[in-house]
Amino acid sequence: MQRLTQALDFQAQALVLRAERQRLIASNIANADTPGYAARDMDFAAALREATGGLSAGQIAGAVPAAQAAVAPREGHLALGAGVRDEPGLLYAHHSQDSVDRNTVDLDRERHSFADNAVKYEATLRFINGHVRTMLDAMRNPNQG
Amino acid sequence: MTMLRIFDVSGSAASAQSQRLNTVASNLANADTVAGPDGQAYKARQVVFQTTLMGEVGAAGVRVSNVVEDSTPGRRVHDPKHPAADAQGYVTYSNVNPVEEMVNMISASRSYQNNIEVMNTAKSLLLKTLQLGQS
Repeated sequence: MQRLTQALDFQAQALVLRAERQRLIASNIANADTPGYAARDMDFAAALREATGGLSAGQIAGAVPAAQAAVAPREGHLALGAGVRDEPGLLYAHHSQDSVDRNTVDLDRERHSFADNAVKYEATLRFINGHVRTMLDAMRNPNQG
Repeated sequence: MTMLRIFDVSGSAASAQSQRLNTVASNLANADTVAGPDGQAYKARQVVFQTTLMGEVGAAGVRVSNVVEDSTPGRRVHDPKHPAADAQGYVTYSNVNPVEEMVNMISASRSYQNNIEVMNTAKSLLLKTLQLGQS
């Protein structure tokens, strides 16, 4: 039974993290004009590894496409020092250009991340749908046609 | 529900940006007003944005924390025939800089559009999530 749901669990974790990241990027875009705001992002691959308890994606059948999407580490991010809004797993973005009001949101990067994350969220949804359909097909009585 | 927070976040940003657009509109409308009988002309107003947490860490919305008045002295024009001219024949206009206001307006409307687009994307993703397992 566990083998049936393991791949689904992995995708479900990925979906939750994608939603989390979508919210983070939405916050960055919302605060594009706020003085002193520091842009946040997460290291998706590390967060997924942590959420799935260190299972590497290759160990789980059917999880490969999402894992490939998750592997590439994102450049241009700083690990956190002591910050006010400290939260494990979240990173502050590097400044690409300094601005007078100490706002570090780079709208081009955020929009790119937002579109990228939306597509990958949808991809994860489709993987889950496909998996559910496969399992339903396997359960169907062959005599009923 | 993580994705539903996006509506709070982007909604707060959109309303903050529309308040900014509102002040720009009132600044531009008063760009050519002259000093009243009290000698005080209209002062340009600017909104100040501040990050505000929407219930949980990682969901950072925006609110307008303050509306400040620009304290630079108004434009003074020598026009003794003007009914609002003072003893020296000078008329004091408001200190609104129309160029700055136009730039502010474009920036506010672009940011507004960005946030609406974020909400649209979140909405379509949520609708697809609702159909999970069907079809």
